[in-house]
Amino acid sequence: MASSQVSAKDEEQPTSERPLAAGFGSCPLPIFQHPQIVLGHGSGGKLTADLIEQIFLPAFRNPVLDKLDDQAVVTIGGARLAFTTDSFVVTPIFFPGGDIGRLAVHGTVNDLAMSGARPLYLSAAFILEEGLAVDDLRRVVESMRAAAAEAGVEFVTGDTKVVNRGKGDQIFITTTGIGVIESGVNISADRARPGDQIILSGYIGDHGMAIMSQRENLEFEGAITSDCASLNGLVAAMLSTPTAGGMEFIHCLRDPTRGGAATTLNEIAKRAGVGMLLREQSIPVRDSVKGACEVLGLDPLYVANEGKLLAIVAPEMAQAVLGQMQQHELGRDAAIIGEVVAEHPGMVLMKTQIGGTRVLDVMFGEQLPRIC
Amino acid sequence: MKYLDEYRDGDVAKKIVGEMRRIQTRPWVLMEVCGGQTHSIVKNGIDHLLPEGVELVHGPGCPVCVTPLEMIDKAHAIARQKNVIFCSFGDMLRVPGSDGDLFTIKSQGGDVRVVYSPLDCLKLARANPSKQVVFFAIGFETTAPANAMLAWRAREEQVNNLSLLVSHVLVPPALDAILQSPDNRVQGFLGPGHVCAVMGYSEYDPISARYQVPIVVTGFEPLDILHGTLMTVQQLEQGRAVVENQYSRVLGRDGNVPAQKLIQRVFEVADRKWRGIGNIPMSGFHLRDEFALYDAEKLFDVAEIATLEPQICISGQILRGIKKPHDCPAFGTLCTPQRPLGATMVSAEGACAAYYAYGRHLKPQAAVTVPVEVLTHANG
Repeated sequence: MASSQVSAKDEEQPTSERPLAAGFGSCPLPIFQHPQIVLGHGSGGKLTADLIEQIFLPAFRNPVLDKLDDQAVVTIGGARLAFTTDSFVVTPIFFPGGDIGRLAVHGTVNDLAMSGARPLYLSAAFILEEGLAVDDLRRVVESMRAAAAEAGVEFVTGDTKVVNRGKGDQIFITTTGIGVIESGVNISADRARPGDQIILSGYIGDHGMAIMSQRENLEFEGAITSDCASLNGLVAAMLSTPTAGGMEFIHCLRDPTRGGAATTLNEIAKRAGVGMLLREQSIPVRDSVKGACEVLGLDPLYVANEGKLLAIVAPEMAQAVLGQMQQHELGRDAAIIGEVVAEHPGMVLMKTQIGGTRVLDVMFGEQLPRIC
Repeated sequence: MKYLDEYRDGDVAKKIVGEMRRIQTRPWVLMEVCGGQTHSIVKNGIDHLLPEGVELVHGPGCPVCVTPLEMIDKAHAIARQKNVIFCSFGDMLRVPGSDGDLFTIKSQGGDVRVVYSPLDCLKLARANPSKQVVFFAIGFETTAPANAMLAWRAREEQVNNLSLLVSHVLVPPALDAILQSPDNRVQGFLGPGHVCAVMGYSEYDPISARYQVPIVVTGFEPLDILHGTLMTVQQLEQGRAVVENQYSRVLGRDGNVPAQKLIQRVFEVADRKWRGIGNIPMSGFHLRDEFALYDAEKLFDVAEIATLEPQICISGQILRGIKKPHDCPAFGTLCTPQRPLGATMVSAEGACAAYYAYGRHLKPQAAVTVPVEVLTHANG
């Protein structure tokens, strides 16, 4: 879930806008509230945050939900459990590097892993569209089995519904997962402190560009494949970094899915009340992804990932954690991309390759290809 | 990355800026014409690399921004109709008309599609013979050849369930309008690289000569823009005013002649309205009469739609370089990319949207002045 703070400013607007709007005559009425759900509400950007703020939080508010982390952490009988759920809708359902089934396992496993939890059990609910080929379903389920085995989790319950042809898009999957958090692990978005180092586990933008090139039939030189992967193994490796002190050296972990790395870092900066300063040159982006983004006028920092994590780590442990990550298959290309600063709280700045400075804001809706 | 990183080299940037500083004797106001250039400038923080006194103001070259509200309302009226598949470049979807945007229309059941190439519409039209496929053909000279090709091939291949809603504008008449304005501050132009890749740049000679302004046709990478700025400042300091080509790796004086011929066969030059600016004589393209069957404005009943622009928005002055986004009281508060009031906030290429996207709505000092020790530390 996105940060609760991003839309605070917007909420104040309608009161001050009304008197002005009256004088506009036939102006292009700004769109304050969409009367219907638009696709941007599901983009993970500002519109999604608005929906959470205005519809879901008022209805369900409680201290656990209020944290708006990617997973809830609850204590039951002395054990700390991480608990999360996620729905998966993707077209096409098979794409280079994965499919909706793999995604449904990795997404939920990763949401658990980002609390430092060891994921244990998953549920799966399927909404199938009439007409879906049973072979396709078999393929999806087989890759869920394989992905679960790799991640060391088990499906222990599930549900199936079928809707009329045209009322769904082949297959929608919802997975829910629980995991346990070892004592001594304390990871939360609000724990970022000035001086902390920001580590990215590898190349960004692979998943989003793989989907886009497949969906839009765009052919780029050198196929781009999704990075979708379960990150619990990498997180376990990071937590086992040898240390003289306690285990609290990893302050925040997030997997930058929808909205990309820029949106995720903004959420952390706002939650922790700190600034961030990135170095564009240190951020790993594959040439193929960079090229495809240039062609389409997209920014890799806002493109979705499904197998990457951002870690905010205590400065004295950053090199050791980085070394540990680089020895893991999923962290081989990990890099320190910047650091947490006390200045400009809530804002993420980036020193550009050319030597300028820009601000990275949250994504505000769907990323749209530019005209030229 | 090859052909990309070479144009983003910080050391070369320092040398160019150093040379600019060395030759500059007084303040200069330059305008980058293209929206793509504005985007690159703000994205890379180029304006803050320039010596004090070399000011870049943002020009009218964002095609999404200058498409008049009236045309957007026409587009929406067509997109709402049953049996229409309305196709558009991506960033037109967010542009608000008088009543919602294309995303809203899509959520209400309209069939709105993003296309990457106008020619995708041919495939759509063939695959949906019972539907009318309408393409929103907007843009400057850059998109004109591909849009013309769509009309041309539709006629050649007898695809008759396809039409174009044309809102095409031209750069030279806009420069003329800017230079004629009594409020004009612009002393030199970074010319539009992509537009000139199609049209060449000989048509800029008369403008440069008449108004005695240097025009340097410039590319879009950070070093292109710095180099184009240096070339313009050199001319100004030397008292010269000619058309020069910084973007020679991409284009020559004559441009793409076959593309120009195709444009001429399909389109004719006509008066056009510009959002935020108003009517500019002979500043755009209409479909020629031979292509009337493919003209959505003639096929659909939208002639009556006439919409006035809002009074509060200063995008017209921003598009002409008279004001900057910060000069607008609504910037970043009442007017944001989520809720744009006017032209320049609408597209990622618009000056206001580019400023907003890269944080200029946040405390300006914080956004641009990073304490030196922070940068040094982070780099070390």
